[in-house]
Amino acid sequence: MEKATLLSDPYNVIITGVGGQGNVMASRVLGNMLSVKGLQVTIGETFGASQRGGSVMSHLRISAASTWSPQIPESRAHMVVALEPIEALRVLMVYGNPKTKVLCNTRAIQPVSVICGDADYPSLGFLKQSILELTENAWFVDATAAALKLGNPIYGNIMMIGALAAIGDLPMEREDFRTVISKTMAPEKTEANLSAYDTGAQMIHSKNEPAGLTGDRTVHTLKNG
Amino acid sequence: MSVLLEAKSGTRHLLMGNEAIARGALEAGVRVAAGYPGTPSSEIIESLAKVSGESKLYVEWSVNEKVAMEVTAAASFAGLRSLCVMKQNGVNVASDFLLHLAGSGTRAGMVIVPCDDPGALSSANEGESRHFARLVEIPLLEPGDFQEAKDMIKWAFELSEEIRNPVMVRSVTRLSHASGNVTLGELPAPNARAYFKHDGPPMDPMTGVILSYPVALKHARQQEKLRQAVMRFEQSPFNTYSGPQHPELLMITSSACFLYSQEAISLVGAQDRVGLLKLGTTWPLPPELMAKYLACSQKILVVEEVISFLEDEVKILAADLAAKIGIKTFYGKKDGSLPAVGELNPDRVAAALSKILGIDYKTVPETYRHRAAEVVGAAAPGRDLTFCPGCPHRASFWSIHTALQMDNRQGFVCGDIGCYSLAMLPSGYSTLKTLHAMGSGIGLAGGFGKLDMFGMDQPAVAVCGDSTFFHAVIPALVNAVHQKSNITLIVLDNSGTAMTGFQPHPGLTVDAAGHSAPGIDIAGVCEAVGARVQVCDPFDLQRTRQTLLELLEDESGVKVLVLKQICALSPEKKAKKMYEMKVDETLCLGENCGCNRLCTRVFKCPGLNWDTGNRVSRIDEVICSGCGVCAAICPAGAIGKKEVA
Repeated sequence: MEKATLLSDPYNVIITGVGGQGNVMASRVLGNMLSVKGLQVTIGETFGASQRGGSVMSHLRISAASTWSPQIPESRAHMVVALEPIEALRVLMVYGNPKTKVLCNTRAIQPVSVICGDADYPSLGFLKQSILELTENAWFVDATAAALKLGNPIYGNIMMIGALAAIGDLPMEREDFRTVISKTMAPEKTEANLSAYDTGAQMIHSKNEPAGLTGDRTVHTLKNG
Repeated sequence: MSVLLEAKSGTRHLLMGNEAIARGALEAGVRVAAGYPGTPSSEIIESLAKVSGESKLYVEWSVNEKVAMEVTAAASFAGLRSLCVMKQNGVNVASDFLLHLAGSGTRAGMVIVPCDDPGALSSANEGESRHFARLVEIPLLEPGDFQEAKDMIKWAFELSEEIRNPVMVRSVTRLSHASGNVTLGELPAPNARAYFKHDGPPMDPMTGVILSYPVALKHARQQEKLRQAVMRFEQSPFNTYSGPQHPELLMITSSACFLYSQEAISLVGAQDRVGLLKLGTTWPLPPELMAKYLACSQKILVVEEVISFLEDEVKILAADLAAKIGIKTFYGKKDGSLPAVGELNPDRVAAALSKILGIDYKTVPETYRHRAAEVVGAAAPGRDLTFCPGCPHRASFWSIHTALQMDNRQGFVCGDIGCYSLAMLPSGYSTLKTLHAMGSGIGLAGGFGKLDMFGMDQPAVAVCGDSTFFHAVIPALVNAVHQKSNITLIVLDNSGTAMTGFQPHPGLTVDAAGHSAPGIDIAGVCEAVGARVQVCDPFDLQRTRQTLLELLEDESGVKVLVLKQICALSPEKKAKKMYEMKVDETLCLGENCGCNRLCTRVFKCPGLNWDTGNRVSRIDEVICSGCGVCAAICPAGAIGKKEVA
């Protein structure tokens, strides 16, 4: 099997979100797609109690050569895929650096502290601005809204996988996605998942689509060092 | 098809550590596997249960870890290879049997896999199973990556059969609940017959009786087996060294710490200065191998998680070998180079390494870190753990909390292990006042209930889950009834071992392999031992609270309230809403209501938000699971529910 080349070895991806959003599923789909390419993949998962509404993340180490630790060292993330916007910030604080790229689903999930009135959930504009303070490259997509149109918010994860493929840093191919999905999910779900994957990719490719389906790619220089 | 059944050897797959362990057991020809669910161990038994039909295995979720170990030992006695799986504190539960088993010996290979949880990522403790291997004197192996997690299991079965004693293979969260590429080996044809031979000469390990008597003789025999194991350890393929011939510093490590250490060396750029001895056979340590590597450096850093085990063993060995290897300087837990609590990661090891070697190592410019902390402080509110939307426990604790307040005698609840442990937090109304081991809630409550003779008049309440009830509650319940302890036990029955992924337990009518099984009725058991029993649906808030108030007033002994409602995440309930919920904005009075935003500020279900623009509550249709409970909370009747057809 011919191994794909990587921008960095290892290439480090963090998929983050809130317990119940399907973070683990998304990381396994991505891991399997890259493993099919002959790459060595290590996935570190956060499980257990974090299933119940807490912040969760999976660490993916992708390498042509060897097995890496299931935990990414501080500041060494190349790509952060956030299923929820404030989780992108939390991950950047520990694992980010000015070159870290961020792919962010804009749909908010309110923490209990916000629900009960102890804290405010920031506006999306402020969140985008905050993320762009910490990285030069960020893509914002409303995957949840598009997923609801497909009938289930959980398709948001697959759209994020499609969007990640479209960004083009990793050797991800639609056919590998089909292979992985047809092995791990019920066959009648393959088409819907492929459609979600394509919608996600479309969000990155087309910049002039209607609101909600726009891949809002913004390049921004870090201020104040 | 499950990758566990992949017949082609040499193929490479991305496997979770727990799946790799399960595959290793299949490649070793395991026939019987048993365990009790517990993160991070559960997927081993789950994976084997899924293929039990095709692979002709017997797999069970046992009532607790001690019984699981007895079930697997029986298979070994009858000539079948068997695997016993549990999380770290399960070893405490099984340890009484294990001590005797290690003394009596086994026949066919028996491997015990405890999965430890350094950092207590999903535990109420960071207990360590490694110490038990030393305590009961059985060999200990620790895989250092995913491939080894599979390969080591087969090796462990062979070792167990050679020394006729159980072998422990210890995993940790970051291997069990992580995934990596694994190349598969051959699957043997399922072919085994069980027969327990017991009429040979009494001292014959393969045909005689299986006892730990006569103790001195059997104990000596056990120690001889350990010496045999050490001889194999000297040649083990799982002990490896990489680095210069005479490193400035020798790192000794095992388990997931191997991957952290490897990465830390490259992070600080010390490949030419540091040697890395990765041990797969960690107790007893092989002295010849250790002498060889200890001799090549003056400085030794032992990298392991939580309290020192390997460090102690290395130091003892170094004292024995001092004449041969010279005096060493040790780094690790004792000198504070590494923390003795919490899990390690590449950064923590890199920090220790850079300090010992005098290397200036920084992960990211300080300015970035400061700016990030400011941004997160301003824009990212914290995310506390909470019960899932539609969780029966939220409703149960709402009623328990209210009833205790209305009762007004400073009553309290002793907690137990499960999702409902979260009721120690504000999202469970901070209802739990004690939290310890499986079954300890009722054990403690039973003790409190006997303190009335010393003037204690607070109602003592205990909670437990349905799986916990069978695991460890029954003996304490029996004790409380017999001692006439005045307590109320609330069984939060959500029809499965929910926290670890809905594994069945003896209360259900299905077993691990999905076959129908006789379910044991919790209320019936409680009645049979002499408790007063009531059963309610926790979603019926009013009836639950009323029943609980009555039980709290009854001072005649042990009362049991079974609160029965299926977990919101259970396969049969997930993504199926019972009700379509809606807040009628014309009825919600918002902050002018006088309810002090009871629904969002106090009840705090993630499916119910505060609309800061319109100053009213609203349902988040993506999050809401449609349980309908919040309709009963609103004093203005503004939350409406419509049954979903």
